[in-house]
Amino acid sequence: MELTTVWFILIAVLWIGYFALEGFDFGVGMLLPVLAHDDRERRVLINTIGPVWDGNEVWVLVAGGATFAAFPEWYATLFSGFYLPLLLILVALIVRGLAFEYRHQRSEPTWAARWDLALIIGSFVPALLWGVAFANIVRGVPLDADHEFTGSLLTLLNPYGLLGGVVTTLLFLTHGAMFVSLKTDGEIRYRARAFAFKIGIAAAVAAVAFLVWTQVETGTAGSAVFFVAAALCLVGGLLAVRTGREGWAFAGTFATIALAVAGLFVALFPDVMPSTTDAAYSLTTTNASATAYTLKIMTVVAAIFTPLVLGYQAWSYWVFRKRIAVHHIPEPAHHDHDGVGASS
Amino acid sequence: MDVVDIARWQFGITTVYHFLFVPLTVGLTALVALLETRWLRTRDPAYLRLTKFFGKLLLINFAIGVVTGIVQEFQFGMNWSDYSRFVGDVFGAPLAVEGLLAFFLESTFLGLWIFGWDKLPGPLHAGCMWIVHIGTLFSSWFILAANSWMQHPVGYRYDPDSGRAELTDFAAVMFNKVQLVTFPHVILAAYMTAALFMVGVSGWLYAARKHAEDREVHRKAIRLGAAVALVAGLGVAVSGDFQGKVMTEVQPMKMAAAEALYETEESCAPFSVLTIGSLDGSEEKRAITIPCLLSFLATGSFDGRVEGINDLRAQYEQEYGTDPGAVYYSPDGYVPYIPVTYWSFRLMIGLGMGAALGSALVLWLTRRGRSPSSRWFRLLCIGLPLGALAGNTFGWIFTEMGRQPWVVFGLMTTEHGVSPGVSVTEAMVSVVTLTLLYGVLAVIEVGLILRAVRAGLPPYVEPPDPETHEPSDDAPLAFAY
Repeated sequence: MELTTVWFILIAVLWIGYFALEGFDFGVGMLLPVLAHDDRERRVLINTIGPVWDGNEVWVLVAGGATFAAFPEWYATLFSGFYLPLLLILVALIVRGLAFEYRHQRSEPTWAARWDLALIIGSFVPALLWGVAFANIVRGVPLDADHEFTGSLLTLLNPYGLLGGVVTTLLFLTHGAMFVSLKTDGEIRYRARAFAFKIGIAAAVAAVAFLVWTQVETGTAGSAVFFVAAALCLVGGLLAVRTGREGWAFAGTFATIALAVAGLFVALFPDVMPSTTDAAYSLTTTNASATAYTLKIMTVVAAIFTPLVLGYQAWSYWVFRKRIAVHHIPEPAHHDHDGVGASS
Repeated sequence: MDVVDIARWQFGITTVYHFLFVPLTVGLTALVALLETRWLRTRDPAYLRLTKFFGKLLLINFAIGVVTGIVQEFQFGMNWSDYSRFVGDVFGAPLAVEGLLAFFLESTFLGLWIFGWDKLPGPLHAGCMWIVHIGTLFSSWFILAANSWMQHPVGYRYDPDSGRAELTDFAAVMFNKVQLVTFPHVILAAYMTAALFMVGVSGWLYAARKHAEDREVHRKAIRLGAAVALVAGLGVAVSGDFQGKVMTEVQPMKMAAAEALYETEESCAPFSVLTIGSLDGSEEKRAITIPCLLSFLATGSFDGRVEGINDLRAQYEQEYGTDPGAVYYSPDGYVPYIPVTYWSFRLMIGLGMGAALGSALVLWLTRRGRSPSSRWFRLLCIGLPLGALAGNTFGWIFTEMGRQPWVVFGLMTTEHGVSPGVSVTEAMVSVVTLTLLYGVLAVIEVGLILRAVRAGLPPYVEPPDPETHEPSDDAPLAFAY
């Protein structure tokens, strides 16, 4: 296989990892006002993802870095072209990341409420905008002969792009609710289960509409296989959550997201960013790629370290495998303690 | 202002801001790991309390370092797409490897450390923080290799067909001679900064006598921090000296710009300590100079020849200034903005050396059980970490501004690297949004740090050992957000 194809697949894998993992923690963030009724329950939700959200987010940093290294033209065109949506995503990821660490630093309710808002909006904005961005990548955007994006923000906010955003938002909400039902105990677990089923139906309707539209516009036989498999997994996940099999339900939405993203990449190949101005201006795995030498070095590094990363990330999920319920949440730390310790 | 100016301001603002947190993260992960290891070895409760206290400060700082780091990776593509196209084949690889090797390690093991107190046995728990620290070192290595390549491109060839720089030797990029002197300089400065932060925080609490019963605990932190800062500070000076010589060799213009040395000195070039006169040092009214020191700093010999700006400018104009369409053409000559290089160089050295000497002073003031508590000592405690942070900042301002007008020395000028498709409005929206956001976050961050410092050391609570007693399923978590 050509190294450019290998790297196209690896970048697809990185985005799959990102959406399947950060997808549920975006979902948990957005579900804060839906599933939790008081501060303790909100803390239960936040603590289900507390140890892992940052590791999940690194997938997008590596996807970005790998795109820079393996397909510099793609990285340059995409990031400078999708300027304002990416700026919004950056702002959202900044306030969201801080919300995790800063929310519990002070005990005033208004302080926590503000960071809750940061977490909710900071999870919603990227969940929506990554969907918009990906839909536009797959369908193509106006690129000129120098591979420069010639559209504007409004170009990206077309009906297909917006539907893509709705699909990722709904899928991540479902995925997040599945995760909460798997990782919590008590009332909130059953609330999450019921909500996952309801929102999952909406997600299924939107996702099927989007995937059919994609298949009609840019699909291939290969992408059709992935899209059908993704839809079946979502149905399977919904049936599982209906019957209380939370592990299978979560695996179902995980597979749905992975297969749908994989299908989008299959539909995209061998382009990486099609031009709607003139097909000759499209960025492809060959005209956007780095040299064979760079790809070879990167392949060696990826082959050695990716299994290691998967191993210790899996171990960290294992360490934090226990369900969390409200009675596991300790009292808020007293920050105004007088410093008298047992030792003194 | 055009897009180049706006994009440069954004890069400057976001990078300086990001690098306020990075050295503290690099250094504090090592210090917290060291404190926890000491606790495991000695079982002295003081060390566990210090681990948790500085661990909390580390986490407040780490969070903002992480989130501002995402901007760093995205803005190469957003604001500097032609730069990204030109260098991606060389520059992208270290960034990708940094993510794969370092960011995953840092984020995963920090999560394990934060939430793992009741789930991991002690040595494994402390090991997690050591791994986070190793992650920060990996991260520093790769990003500094990328930056060193911009200062001194090696291991590449220019392909006229694709019009870009292409990697030919990855090892040469990883072990660039600039990288080999820059990495120790930056890392040692990070250790010094974090150690002085520890001295500052514990010293202030110690002298303020707010938590009188904890004074002996803070004393341990002060002595440890000051000792680390002193050793690291000496290392910063030595590695900086090596850097000066490499810089003179590969970027002589930067050395000349650091000194505002306009005319070549054939031998025994004096080092200018301070100049009163024009800001760019071209007309001096009064100057304090040390004879021959510049020759020694630049060449290692007191009678070495140091090239001046005027000669270098003529040489560069001859070499690069012929083709106005080329990405290496600069119509305004090849001289950096001297007032910034001259003063940032002085401030970097002055603040860095001052901070290192300050740590020696702290060791002396606290010698053999002495307990300083004067206002001066408290001011010293506040000043030392701030001085070190400012020294780091001026160091980066110097090294980046001293490379101008190049973005990659000798290959591409900064104005050619900017995104052609980005409008002034978009760039302006971006820089204003990020600056305002960063401003608000600075207020919040400093507020939280001060609050956590004022609260003092947490009480000693023996962490449950997961090996000897399995915590019951209903027990509350040892730590939760």
